[in-house]
Amino acid sequence: MRQIAFYGKGGIGKSTTCQNTVAGMAELGQRIMIVGCDPKADSTRLMLHCKAQTTVLHLAAERGSVEDVELEEVVLTGYRGVRCVESGGPEPGVGCAGRGIITAINFLEENGAYEDLDFVCYDVLGDVVCGGFAMPIREGKAQEIYIVCSGEMMAMYAANNIARGVLKYAYSGGVRLGGLICNSRKVDREIELIEALAEKLNTKMLHFIPRDNVVQHAELRRMTVIEYSPDCNQADEYRALAKKIINNTDLRIPTPISMDELEQLLIEFGVLDDDQKIAHLIGKTEKELAPV
Amino acid sequence: MTTPKSALKEETRKVVAEVLETYPEKARQKRAKHLNVYDEGKTDCGVKSNIKSIPGVMTTRGCAYAGSKGVVWGPVKDMIHLSHGPVGCGYYSWSGRRNYYVGTTGVDTFVTMQFTSDFQERDVVFGGDKKLAKLLVEASELFPLAKGITIQSECPIGLIGDDIEAVAKKATKEIGKAVVPVRCEGFRGVSQSLGHHIANDTVRDWVLPIADKRAKEGSLNFEPGPYDVALIGDYNIGGDAWSSRILLEEMGLRVVTQFSGDGTWNEMLLAPRVKLNLIHCYRSMNYICRHMEEAYGIPWLEFNFFGPTQIAKSLRAIAQRFDETIQAKAEQVIAKYQPQSEAVIAKYRPRLEGKRVMLMVGGLRPRHVIPAFRELGMEVIATGYEFGHGDDYKRTTQYIDDGTLIYDDVSGYEFEEFAKRLKPDLIASGIKEKYVFQKMALPFRQMHSWDYSGPYHGYDGFAVFARDMDLALNSPTWTLVKAPWKS
Repeated sequence: MRQIAFYGKGGIGKSTTCQNTVAGMAELGQRIMIVGCDPKADSTRLMLHCKAQTTVLHLAAERGSVEDVELEEVVLTGYRGVRCVESGGPEPGVGCAGRGIITAINFLEENGAYEDLDFVCYDVLGDVVCGGFAMPIREGKAQEIYIVCSGEMMAMYAANNIARGVLKYAYSGGVRLGGLICNSRKVDREIELIEALAEKLNTKMLHFIPRDNVVQHAELRRMTVIEYSPDCNQADEYRALAKKIINNTDLRIPTPISMDELEQLLIEFGVLDDDQKIAHLIGKTEKELAPV
Repeated sequence: MTTPKSALKEETRKVVAEVLETYPEKARQKRAKHLNVYDEGKTDCGVKSNIKSIPGVMTTRGCAYAGSKGVVWGPVKDMIHLSHGPVGCGYYSWSGRRNYYVGTTGVDTFVTMQFTSDFQERDVVFGGDKKLAKLLVEASELFPLAKGITIQSECPIGLIGDDIEAVAKKATKEIGKAVVPVRCEGFRGVSQSLGHHIANDTVRDWVLPIADKRAKEGSLNFEPGPYDVALIGDYNIGGDAWSSRILLEEMGLRVVTQFSGDGTWNEMLLAPRVKLNLIHCYRSMNYICRHMEEAYGIPWLEFNFFGPTQIAKSLRAIAQRFDETIQAKAEQVIAKYQPQSEAVIAKYRPRLEGKRVMLMVGGLRPRHVIPAFRELGMEVIATGYEFGHGDDYKRTTQYIDDGTLIYDDVSGYEFEEFAKRLKPDLIASGIKEKYVFQKMALPFRQMHSWDYSGPYHGYDGFAVFARDMDLALNSPTWTLVKAPWKS
């Protein structure tokens, strides 16, 4: 069994990419479980055709404690037999979502949810903001991390931060970076930019997913592209990514870069302006800069 | 033949240097700043204080929760003090610090009861505010005579960002009683000291505004008098506040508030109406005294009720703040107890004369009890605070002799080594030290809990104090065991 995890900036399309890829892997006969690690619980909706499944933590809260929850109540079967579970968590601004993920994953392990599987696939919220969100990359959990990103500045910042989180646990827990997945935002020279970032992080761009409206059409129907429109181009892109992940043996310890290096890279690609070139503009209001 | 004082001082300095040698370089540099031998005439003990303890040295310090729940708030007897968080902190702070009180426990008083929100995993994950809100209502219904509830935060509350202030405000309306949220999470600050401060601040922010409002409405039901005082920072350990109150009342003062030993919610509300705040434990409650001075113009006076000389001095200083009737009565009180104290000294001094003591306690006792020992012919050769600040060490200089060893936040290792080398006759410290030293065959008295005895405050307390020191030092037990250096 291989345990993999998808990380990336919030809103980058992690859950969509994860579920479509898993659908592709399932098509190839892999036995997979998706573990959603986000209080929003939207990591399995495309597999189950539902809004949000019952989560481990909500049921635990209802019952009193996580020990009162049965595995069958929270692990549902979706498209092509993919097992689906959501950790769940508190509403925004309350409690501790990080601790929730730790509780949920411990529950799954203790109750034997990880048996008879080829892949466990964690879909983790946004950035690695605290120890709880690093749970899937700690000892004995996910061994391969895939970072979903795009050519936008903040997505690349986040990718570098996640690489730092992976590096932190690389030596103690054996976690490795599997590659970057570029979910295109149609930024200029996006492929070259992500390939250059991947090289600096000591990894590769595993796949470039073009932008296609069919993804939104499928989402609307709470389906993966592979299920909704199996013959379209986009479905084949996800299948290609699925194959690459299944066959991926090139797992590396990342080499995150400094802020300066990252900004230099962005300047090279014209995403950011050179500090020296814009020095006279920094901290100036519109009025101050108005031609006299 | 006695060794000259300067030689002894040099010897003590050498002991400090030797003890420090064992530490690794970095720890040695840090700890060196907390140890000193006092030079007469200086206005400071010459040690750093109120700094984070070094990991691994075994400090005796507590946490902010201990300072708020255990010290300042816990003794307020007709309120429920809720340990908010997982059960351990509540369980191990159950029963308080022997803060005696009058009342029917479980009916109108609650000091030795323990209330906890017993946090579970789901409360951490989903937040504990709902549970807290429910619990406040339940506690109020189960104990209708409770005058209010304080929420004593344990660590997780601060980590998960629960909005206990909002819950408190809402619950106050719902149950019609004061609910005071205290942000005394244990990880805050370097010792229990910050917890005292936080607790004082909650009195300022959540209690006194209610007092002001009631005063304005005229619903305090209080006729102020010219001799009203508040007894602040006496936690009534073993009845200390009672043996203090007697003296204040005998000299004609009216003790309106005991804060917080055997104190009540209502007494707290009356504190801003008094003429003078009398503070015994400066460290833990100077903050609220300073606030009342600024906000209400109430002066405050630090006093010392350990041993007849200090008691007389304090009674006169207090009387000075009032008119001649009080001053005359203070003299009468002093004269009345003089024979009693003399008898105590006559009985015990011959048995205790020349005995040397090492002290290490908390808030005020590392300095305040020194004169009481001296009156029994004993000498305090070393002293230090668990969590004192610079102002405590400044005040200490009024009490100590030239060459006294000073240790701040002393480590287990240092304390043992100092005892082995300075060879005191008695160690007076806390429960964490007690058995270590007794196993070294050293007589020991607990100076936090009075070793389940007391009171030690006031003239009556002095008699108990003298008897207890005699019991510790002259118990025949010590003829059966020998200190390592005496065998």
